[in-house]
Amino acid sequence: MLVFVIRRSLQSVVVLVAMSVIVFVGVYAIGNPIDILINPQADQIDRERAIAALGLDRPLWEQYLTFLRGAVTGDLGRSFVHSTSALGLIVEKMPATLELAFSAMLIAIVLGIPLGLWAGLKPDALSGRTIMAGSILGFSLPTFWVGLMLIMVFSVMLGWLPSNGRGTTVDLFGVPLSLLTVDGLAHLALPAPNLALFNVALLIRLTRSGAREALLQDYVKFARAKGLSNRRVIGVHVLRNILIPVVTVIGLQFGALIAFAIVTESVFAWPGMGKLLIDSINLLDRPVIVAYLLVIVTLFIAINLAVDILYSALDPRVRLSEGGG
Amino acid sequence: MTPPLLTVEGLRTHFFTRAGVVKAVDDVSFTLARGEVMGLVGESGSGKSITGYSIMGLVDPPGRVVAGSIRLDGRELTTLDPESMRKLRGNRVAMIFQDPMMTLNPVLRIDRQMTEAILAHDDVGERVALGRARDALERVGIPSPDERLKAWPHQFSGGMRQRVAIAIALLNEPDLIIADEPTTALDVTIQGQILHEVQKLARETGTALVWITHDLSVVAGLADRVCVMYAGRIVEQGTTAQVLDTPAHPYTQGLLDSVPSRNARGARLKQIPGMTPSLIGLAPGCAFRERCARADADCAETPAMSVDGNDPGRGVRCHHPIVPWTQPPR
Ligand SMILES: Nc1ncnc2c1ncn2[C@@H]1O[C@H](COP(=O)(O)OP(=O)(O)O)[C@@H](O)[C@H]1O
Ligand code: SF4
Ligand SMILES: [Mg+2]
Repeated sequence: MLVFVIRRSLQSVVVLVAMSVIVFVGVYAIGNPIDILINPQADQIDRERAIAALGLDRPLWEQYLTFLRGAVTGDLGRSFVHSTSALGLIVEKMPATLELAFSAMLIAIVLGIPLGLWAGLKPDALSGRTIMAGSILGFSLPTFWVGLMLIMVFSVMLGWLPSNGRGTTVDLFGVPLSLLTVDGLAHLALPAPNLALFNVALLIRLTRSGAREALLQDYVKFARAKGLSNRRVIGVHVLRNILIPVVTVIGLQFGALIAFAIVTESVFAWPGMGKLLIDSINLLDRPVIVAYLLVIVTLFIAINLAVDILYSALDPRVRLSEGGG
Repeated sequence: MTPPLLTVEGLRTHFFTRAGVVKAVDDVSFTLARGEVMGLVGESGSGKSITGYSIMGLVDPPGRVVAGSIRLDGRELTTLDPESMRKLRGNRVAMIFQDPMMTLNPVLRIDRQMTEAILAHDDVGERVALGRARDALERVGIPSPDERLKAWPHQFSGGMRQRVAIAIALLNEPDLIIADEPTTALDVTIQGQILHEVQKLARETGTALVWITHDLSVVAGLADRVCVMYAGRIVEQGTTAQVLDTPAHPYTQGLLDSVPSRNARGARLKQIPGMTPSLIGLAPGCAFRERCARADADCAETPAMSVDGNDPGRGVRCHHPIVPWTQPPR
């Protein structure tokens, strides 16, 4: 187990370095930030001074090495626009995004697994078919469009719910949270379901197909032959087996939720990392873009590791020490 | 004479599929006395498993028991409510399945899979249940049962898993165990051991057995009586000696001719020509007639089970049985 975690961490460092090169080159290729940052009326001397100050006069490899030297000490550069630490900007916005992603995942789990189980147990009933039809909608409707519709109906027409911002937050251990205030919850009530929609559909499909497959297995028939109640057969024998793929997907999707929160954050003006990224791209604030992407990759790696550990806890046939990464 | 433990009469279990009605079990009748061992023999697809599931009340949709009666100890099972049926399953009647790799749940520990079978029926504590599970493992010959209780299914070999399944079936000391080809998936030496073990345990506990197999040589040393099944019907029944030594139905004869060990050394094995018919929209008449050397015009009519006039346990479903047949007194 320990060996596994250490090996995975080393692999992660390699992935991160490779990622940083790709991101650095990629970001370098898009536009010239000076055109945006500097007053067009500024003279040539001012312009060159600014370029030198941001280090943009150096060759790419030198800029990268400077970046890497800083990165080792946890410094991912300074924002061109805000002149503060890029990482600091992201960390400041991170609670909002994590809170949104977490709420969305919770909704997806609470709705998706029971509905999927029901649809798997009653594939031919009207209820089962309705659930499946609903999941197709959840898959195919674009997130931004659903978000706009939610705002139209619940904010503009009915006026029930706010359509932008986080509302009132309360600090918990220094982290501002909307989940803990009524006003904050009202502000979450539209964006969280919006972000959850795709994953509700995904979990319904996954749970349903898992249940249908498990129900055909001999161990289910044997469990019933033992005289177990339906409740126990479904709740223990079937669910335990479905949970293995479901937990894996939930873990991986959590990373995706954080990344795809960009769309929902833009629609609902949710002040999270995604919105920061969009703003930074518009201003060609390279250090923030690079830092954001590296933070996301790090999150993905951490989530993957957690999923693998959880997976081995759920499936006794999986051994972490074997097979490596 | 004591009443039989199990009476199956005119059982019909059909599957209502999109392609048509599959008459998987079509008019099956037999009785089983307490402690008796019955072999249910037939080729794959003849309806043996579905007969077992029907008794257990485990037929899944689109299948359904459409007619007939199943009485256990005088109690009618086909009309029993689901909860009473659940209380019988695993308690009075237990079942063991063919593939031991598939019957144990891969993600639950052995102790859990055993104790839940006890706790579903008896209001005892976890401790007592664990003790009984341990004893059951010991009884089926699993070494160091205390440790094995804490193991996972994938840590057992195929033979050991089947022993665990047998131990689970024995947990509540049922009156009847339906064993659905429990040795087919195992290699020959393990087969012999398991066969011997189950026979011994059934005798010790007075448990009746329905032993389902496609292999006539398996029932020879095991069963008191044999029913031969073909295309959803029992075509011949009798004591093991009667059926194996003086088969009356051409299909039984065909099965016997294809068993290697029963033939003289060097003699060619005779396979039954043709294939088992599809059970969808089976035409009336003897289902075996396409493959039967004795078939004639009479066979276009479905033969009834004809019971030997001198022996009510002996019967054949054939217009032209191989051995002379004493017609029942009119
Ligand atoms: N779920 C099902 N749907 C349709 N037909 C089925 C189903 N289960 C079994 N059958 C049919 O019932 C017949 C008997 O099956 P089974 O009892 O499993 O045979 P055996 O155990 O003798 O090999 C087979 O022809 C099979 O096609
Ligand atoms: S009834 Fe006719 S076809 Fe069927 S087994 Fe007897 S002789 Fe053969
Ligand atoms: Mg079978």
